[in-house]
Amino acid sequence: MNRRYLTLLITAAVLVLLFACGGVWFNNFLRLRIIVNLLGDNAFLGITAIGMTFVIISGGIDLSVASVIAFTSIFIAQNVYDGMHPLLAMAMALVIGFLFGMTQGWIISYFALPPFLVTLAGMFFARGVGFIVNDISLAIKHPFYSETIRGLVIPLSGRIRLPVTAQCFLLFVIVGTFVLGYTRFGRYVYAIGSNEASARLMGVPVDRMKVWIYALSGFCAAAAGIVVTFYMQSGNSSSFVGLEMDAIAAAVIGGTLLTGGVGGVPGTLMGVLILGIIQTLITFHGNLNNWWAKIFIGALLFMFIAIQQLLSRRLATRAAG
Amino acid sequence: MRIVAIAVFWAILLALLYVLRRNRSVVFWPLLALSCLLLFNLFSTPQFYQLDWRDGHLYGVPIDIINHASKVGILALGMTLVIAVGGIDLSVGAVMAIAGAMMAYMTVQMNMPPWYCIAAALVAGVIAGMWNGFLVAIMGIPPMVATLILMVAGRGVAQLITDGQIIIFNNPTLTFIGNGFIVIPFPFILMLIMFALTWLLTKGTAVGFLIESVGDNEVAARRAGVNSCLVKFLVYVFCGFCAAIAGLVQTSNIRSADANNIGLNLELDAIMSVVIGGTAMTGGRFYLASSIIGALLIQALTTTMYAKDVSPVVAPVPKALVILAVCLLQSERVKRYLASRREAV
Repeated sequence: MNRRYLTLLITAAVLVLLFACGGVWFNNFLRLRIIVNLLGDNAFLGITAIGMTFVIISGGIDLSVASVIAFTSIFIAQNVYDGMHPLLAMAMALVIGFLFGMTQGWIISYFALPPFLVTLAGMFFARGVGFIVNDISLAIKHPFYSETIRGLVIPLSGRIRLPVTAQCFLLFVIVGTFVLGYTRFGRYVYAIGSNEASARLMGVPVDRMKVWIYALSGFCAAAAGIVVTFYMQSGNSSSFVGLEMDAIAAAVIGGTLLTGGVGGVPGTLMGVLILGIIQTLITFHGNLNNWWAKIFIGALLFMFIAIQQLLSRRLATRAAG
Repeated sequence: MRIVAIAVFWAILLALLYVLRRNRSVVFWPLLALSCLLLFNLFSTPQFYQLDWRDGHLYGVPIDIINHASKVGILALGMTLVIAVGGIDLSVGAVMAIAGAMMAYMTVQMNMPPWYCIAAALVAGVIAGMWNGFLVAIMGIPPMVATLILMVAGRGVAQLITDGQIIIFNNPTLTFIGNGFIVIPFPFILMLIMFALTWLLTKGTAVGFLIESVGDNEVAARRAGVNSCLVKFLVYVFCGFCAAIAGLVQTSNIRSADANNIGLNLELDAIMSVVIGGTAMTGGRFYLASSIIGALLIQALTTTMYAKDVSPVVAPVPKALVILAVCLLQSERVKRYLASRREAV
């Protein structure tokens, strides 16, 4: 059995188990509506986590994503408030996120600096710039938001409709899976994460690739910021502190190895759903406090990391023997 | 009188800088940055140099800076050693929250005497450090991943201890830790004591060598007979201990245990102090005094911005630029460029 599929299988098992627990404990849990809400409510986390998956598989890390989301949301809100059309504001936000990620990637590859520190600086920078744009929570009032976006739903069955946030998420999952699994770009990402030196020797343009990978992560974060404005109908520069850790946790629970080289977008999708279900279960229960979510996610992280560690050790001894 | 005092201060500072430069000490660069900041304030913010003597205490902006820099400084001591063995500890902020919650719980709910509360908080920090050390040294999990677990779960544990409440206490012994004065603020004295202990432990014994050897080349160290697992384990335990002390300082300072906000993002400040101090993220040589200067630099920068009426919300931007500048100065490419310039001259 391929190790890659084994970890994915364990993630899927946990997901099914959590769903089953919900079904046993609560009457109305196994409904289509819950799944639709799960996708819609966690869309921004999911889109961020997909960008993060690329970065982590390439052996890096991006701590700046949460700040980029906050910046994007306030940037759009402020520009719409000043009279710009939302679509133009969104396009500009995507370009800014892309360029911001590109700059981080360039600094990381050109100066050979640890991604942790560079994106840490990026995190403070984007957060501060978001506050410079506006330091209050700003509601978005525009017919495009109140009518067009709300109308963009796919009817599923009865009164249940797939909201636009969930559609964006699924689109990113499909495109992300394709790019990572079936293109040269994706192959290069895995190659760099597995062994950067040998990737370089094989002729992979490592430095240029890193610029694109971080640009992709910045782009995903900006897209997540746009989805946040759909979801919240407002922009806030102080929101989502610490979301980068949730995105990393989702990727790790989804079977992506933090040392690089192993992982995939479908796993990350499941990781995001697991985090979402834990939250939903706690909401359904009503008496459990929110801190149990943190402890439970920590325990899950530990479980997955321990499993990955055991598997990679076994593989290493087999290769050596 | 004040002008004489400032002149004496600057004479000492310049002499120190000169000596450090002569000895090619790593402390030179962060101290130079700090001096530049102080020089800027000498001309633009005169109140920066104001010291008052009231009721047997010193007051003033410099005192505020050293007071507020203390908890990051204490964290930075543990973090320096962790980074020196090639690791990183993301969980210190969460461990601070656990220690603070433990102290408040013991004093308010259990009515324990203050020393028991302090001991319980420190034990909690040591246990947290043991958990990190177990994951990194014994299970061999990459440090960033291993400490991420406690970073996520730790705040949950702290909230579990306080039952989600903000526990308020006013035991005089416990509030003294964060608010007390013995001429200068007690947190700063605590930091100096911790620094002296850490320095004696690492430089006065072979422990420092062992840490550097493990960080520099773990395989070589193991071949030479160093128990690298044990060294790593103990370093994480020490980092947890330092985090617990920093947690006590902050909790005591606000006289309440707020599990959500104590130590929030301080792990980043601590890592920043260490990196500004010149200890490389890849491990090896470490510089304790330099890390403390790094912590002072960050706090002086923040205070300067407040003094200049920069809105606190914009404060992250200059912080980001400082980290970036320090990173660039440490990069091989820039070093090579500077070296080639020097040869050309």
